[in-house]
Amino acid sequence: MEIMLAIAIGALTTCGVWLLLRPRTYQVIMGLSLLSYGVNLFIFSMGRLAVDLEPVLVPGQPVTLQFNADPMPQALVLTAIVIGFAMTALFLVLLLAQRGFFGNDHVDGQGDAE
Amino acid sequence: MIQHLLVIPVLLPLLAACLLLLVGDRRHRSQATLGGLALLANLGVALLLLAQAMGGTGPSAYGVYLPSNWEAPFGIVLVLDRLSAMMLVVAAVVALMAQLFSLARWDKAGAHFHVLLQIQVMGVNGAFLTGDLFNLFVFFEVMLAASYGLLLHGSGPSRVKAGLHYVTINLVASSLFLVGASMIYGVTGTLNFADLAAKIPLLAAQDRPLLHAACAVLAVAFLAKAAMWPLNAWLVPAYSSASAPAGAVFALLTKVGVYVLLRLSTLWFSPQAGDSAGFGSAWLLWGGMGTLAFGALGMLASQRPARLAGFAVIVSSGTLLAVVGLARPEVTAGALYYLPTSTFAVSAFFLIAELMERSRLSETRSRLAPEDEEDHLPFALAEQELNEDTNLDDQQEALIGRPIPAATALLGLAFIACTLLVAGLPPLSGFVGKVLMLSALLKDTGTVAWTLLTLVVLSGLFALVALSRVGMRFFWAPVNRAAPVLRVAEFLPIALLVLLCGIYTVRAETVMAYTRSTVQALYTPAGYVQAVMGARPLPTATNADRLGLPPPQAAAP
Repeated sequence: MEIMLAIAIGALTTCGVWLLLRPRTYQVIMGLSLLSYGVNLFIFSMGRLAVDLEPVLVPGQPVTLQFNADPMPQALVLTAIVIGFAMTALFLVLLLAQRGFFGNDHVDGQGDAE
Repeated sequence: MIQHLLVIPVLLPLLAACLLLLVGDRRHRSQATLGGLALLANLGVALLLLAQAMGGTGPSAYGVYLPSNWEAPFGIVLVLDRLSAMMLVVAAVVALMAQLFSLARWDKAGAHFHVLLQIQVMGVNGAFLTGDLFNLFVFFEVMLAASYGLLLHGSGPSRVKAGLHYVTINLVASSLFLVGASMIYGVTGTLNFADLAAKIPLLAAQDRPLLHAACAVLAVAFLAKAAMWPLNAWLVPAYSSASAPAGAVFALLTKVGVYVLLRLSTLWFSPQAGDSAGFGSAWLLWGGMGTLAFGALGMLASQRPARLAGFAVIVSSGTLLAVVGLARPEVTAGALYYLPTSTFAVSAFFLIAELMERSRLSETRSRLAPEDEEDHLPFALAEQELNEDTNLDDQQEALIGRPIPAATALLGLAFIACTLLVAGLPPLSGFVGKVLMLSALLKDTGTVAWTLLTLVVLSGLFALVALSRVGMRFFWAPVNRAAPVLRVAEFLPIALLVLLCGIYTVRAETVMAYTRSTVQALYTPAGYVQAVMGARPLPTATNADRLGLPPPQAAAP
């Protein structure tokens, strides 16, 4: 599972960074989304990977990370998802505004020199 | 009441923003009044907190508030010490002045200016007060989200373009923040600043490289915010195309990055931190010096006042970063004196820059963002036409020039004051700040100290050259140009900021005593750690059992 997750994080981040460096605004927003998926998975993995652990406290069971999933990375991921979602929406608005002002979707507002 | 004062800088702007949304954007006057009152109250609370931090000695110099009523490493914690109290006051002053300036017209240039400003203040205040990385992330995002809105306020192609770059870079920086924070959690199992400070010296040797990598990733996020070269290419286009009040508030945002770096580097990598002691300080030092050089050259290379102000932000944060990296208490005390004055000066400069640039544009065009490609003063170059009767030299007879209108004179005086403050010339506080830093640096004869000293002096010289060039072209060049129209609401905040720097100069000794004890507390983080970890929750009916305390007496029926 560790290998799978590591490959997934690596692939998402690589694609995200590559798309982020592209000249079109649509590619940039896709890159940002992929990057944030990679980051969210990474945060999740920092709370130790485990299978079948209780997410909430159960009566009679000792409250340690041996028997319970770590709630902290989950809270962090949740916050990051919410914030990332809002920021993506804002970025979309900006993208449309940019397209309206410059008539093209280049990040610098310059069309192709053809 | 007084014990809950600590949470007010976060709650008050939030509530004010909600109320302002309810009032609606149509009722400008009541919105402006309400927003202004909230910012005034915010300043009052910040001053009370400053008095509280100043009055306390030893452990009582720290105010710790547990919003969720759980003790430190498990619950949220807000911490007030001398540094954060000072930053709160600086932020409150700048926000109030920006709001006052916006009342003349900027708040009507787009939707929800006052709401965004309140949220901005909330984010900045929260970032200064928070005691753990998780909430630092949240407050950073609140602050950034508001700053996106403020940057775009007034719209226009160059604002949208600069905004697109600004948003992208900050989103990537936020991703790095998350990666760094979660790695730190993975290594140490905590996100609380004080708990981390206690745990870092005890880390196993094989975990230390991981922690250092995490801190380096985290630092990139803060350094991008604090505008360290080469992470600051976004700053000048974004700040110089923002509307003037937004630019004035943005002068604060870089200081948040510097504040976090100072707080975390002194707390986590203090000499007690074992192998991690002083981690990253060389990077901060050299990066700060690079930033300083970049900013000084940039000032020399730009002609538009708003761009100059943008580079002045870079110079100021380069100086501060280098000093944080140097980690010498006496120099840091000088830098903490320099921090508020340079923030006020740059904020005032953003406001002045707008008034200067506006006088050459029509009312409607000046609301649009200036095109950031054209970095020249159109009123003073090739196309300028001289009056027939202008005196060019002594040989001409008619020496009666155009009388300087009062508005130009006032603006000119404010510009000179700002020049003195930014360049660090006597008699204003910019000079005192630089002298304090330089005299502390002179006690060291190392190459590094001398390089920094040279850079600080040279950057002042460059700033002086650049600013006096622009000032002369604007105020002295005889060009057919309408005198700027000043409104009271526009000139008052500039005058107040300059006046504040004047008072700050006179009271330099008091301020220095304050910053000296601030620095003393910063470089002995044990007090901070004890105060935070020792804070006990209040007994309530639900948690009295857990704390082993008797439940509070129920109120008599």
